[in-house]
Amino acid sequence: MKLRTFLATGALAALLASPAFAQQISVKAGVLNDRSGIYADLAGEGSVIAARMAVEDFKAAEKGIKVEIVSADHQNKPDVGSTIARQWYDQDGVDLILDVPTSSVALAVSQITKEKNKININSGAGASDLTGKACNANTIHWTYDTYALAQGTGGAMVKAGGDTWFFLTADYAFGHALERDATEIIKKAGGKVLGSVKTPFPGTDFSSFLLQAQASKAKVIGLANAGSDTTNAIKQAGEFGIVAGGQKLAGLLVFVSDVHALGLQAAQGLVLTESFYWDRDDQTRAWSQRFAKLNNGKMPTMVQAGVYAGFLHYLKAVEATKSKDTATVMAKMKEMPTDDPLFGKGSIRPNGRKMHDMYLYEVKKPSESKGEWDLYKQIAVLPAEQAFQPLAETGCPLVK
Amino acid sequence: MFELLGIPPQALFGQVLLGLINGSFYAILSLGLAVIFGLLNIINFAHGAQYMMGAFVAWMALNYLGLNYWFALVLAPIVVGAVGVVIERLLLKRISHLDHLYGLLLTFGLALIIQGLFRNQYGSSGLPYGIPPQLAGGQNLGFMFLPNYRAWVIVASLAVCLATWFLIEKTRLGAYLRAATENPTLTQAFGINVPLLVTLTYGFGVALAAFAGVLAAPVYSVNPNMGGDLIIVVFAVVVIGGMGSIMGAIVTGFALGLVEGLTKVFYPEASSTVIFVIMVLVLLVKPAGLFGRPA
Repeated sequence: MKLRTFLATGALAALLASPAFAQQISVKAGVLNDRSGIYADLAGEGSVIAARMAVEDFKAAEKGIKVEIVSADHQNKPDVGSTIARQWYDQDGVDLILDVPTSSVALAVSQITKEKNKININSGAGASDLTGKACNANTIHWTYDTYALAQGTGGAMVKAGGDTWFFLTADYAFGHALERDATEIIKKAGGKVLGSVKTPFPGTDFSSFLLQAQASKAKVIGLANAGSDTTNAIKQAGEFGIVAGGQKLAGLLVFVSDVHALGLQAAQGLVLTESFYWDRDDQTRAWSQRFAKLNNGKMPTMVQAGVYAGFLHYLKAVEATKSKDTATVMAKMKEMPTDDPLFGKGSIRPNGRKMHDMYLYEVKKPSESKGEWDLYKQIAVLPAEQAFQPLAETGCPLVK
Repeated sequence: MFELLGIPPQALFGQVLLGLINGSFYAILSLGLAVIFGLLNIINFAHGAQYMMGAFVAWMALNYLGLNYWFALVLAPIVVGAVGVVIERLLLKRISHLDHLYGLLLTFGLALIIQGLFRNQYGSSGLPYGIPPQLAGGQNLGFMFLPNYRAWVIVASLAVCLATWFLIEKTRLGAYLRAATENPTLTQAFGINVPLLVTLTYGFGVALAAFAGVLAAPVYSVNPNMGGDLIIVVFAVVVIGGMGSIMGAIVTGFALGLVEGLTKVFYPEASSTVIFVIMVLVLLVKPAGLFGRPA
């Protein structure tokens, strides 16, 4: 009798003392992106650093949430990305996958996430299909999408008189989606698309395609590509005197890392759309400077910022529901307003689209820049409702 | 005005010229590979990485030492060539008696290491490198605007290709080299330092890659993957031309640049595969390549 009481008290004491009593939840997040190819600088290790900063800022350990972060290189190949995602979900106990740039890989990983009933918070990919006809209840698309880019840069160019377009389109899911969304917006605004050329991805020499664009006599040459495809095209357009000849370049997706790589001399005057720029306000500056210290002095891209903000929101939902059950956490994330230092206040639509303002920037002239990373000046803000596709038009089956 | 398959002839001339410009990069790179393979029997998979190093040395010379493009054009081949000499002396020499495949594996591994190191240091998005002011601007040829720099690329690469061909096929040094390949023991018996010749040849092939890298720096983005993307195509060029054939590498380099350029007009989606389709066809008909001698 005595022994039993003793044992029972002991067990109870042990239970009270152990973190299990505080219902410790352990979460395993996988950052899946390009770590060696053309998108490694805009996502890559920087996204892993951003995810770690989210855990740190959330003070996960104090709140009884144990977080483990793993990462892998999908090499921009859908088959490689799918294999890793399956292994993570099936064998390694990964609860959610973050980032996933390269739309072709992102669409595949989103489908696998649905099949395995886990969570995918995408930051790096562009295709608006992720929250459109390919949407599912397990995927959130955080940072930007092709519709918002087209709306931002495309809309601004047409308004400024650029009403005839020719596209250089990266020949894969993202480029196709971007051209499609931009075409729609240009037509709506009264403009015309004169033609397009699909360029193999990734490419090096764009001169032949640029010459075709020049021959089309379009006022605007739309670059529906990303990363070094965009920087190569811009560099070579300068060389072939395309801008000097009166045609304008519209970089539909240009990251701060691309502008840094091009240099202001080659990139000046370029108009672009982003959802995050490190030098926007005190909060983004403070966060970005911390980030740069951990990332060889390189400032964060919007993709890396999106990984941070998305993961932070997930952790908040886990804390609020005291659960990591997929349906519970997804419901909480969509119900709870988002709030973080990088994107401000926002929300998540039923189709998984994260809503926040987008910004139209112009690349500074070399004379206006005060430092290596002082690259943009803001020219307009696009309110979220205007930037992103109206919910009813997305074609997402989750929206009735 | 007549049109050819819906393309006005002016536009076509432009595309032919652009194809030749890209062909000049293929030509210099495949020439380096052909020299190394023809004379050393090494399949140099590090060639792309060495091309990339050439571009980076040009960037470093400008940013760390303040040396402009013209210095880099001389400096980069010397520096990268010297690295090649070290690689040959330390590593390749030790496996020269083994099958080709060992050399291929070793150089492939080296390429991955070199690219990884540069990526860690400089990131993947690339570094800015401007066109030298003497070659800025361009000429209006009527059918197209030809940037001066691109014209320079054709001239420079043709000159280097022909000089290399002359050196190997027509001079006494070239004769020694070819003799050393044919029968190293006998050549050495005549008092010629064969191991030194071999080392210098590798260094020279590598220097050619670096030269192409400097030529590419102002027009393509200078990034650690720039060679990796190109090297597979260049290998296809060498295989089509015939492994080890010097003239074959030069002619095929320019010709395939042309074919690729035209594909970009008529069916752009296939422009990254057309060279491999040609490779398959050539191997079916002439397994030794267009200019290769059957073994």
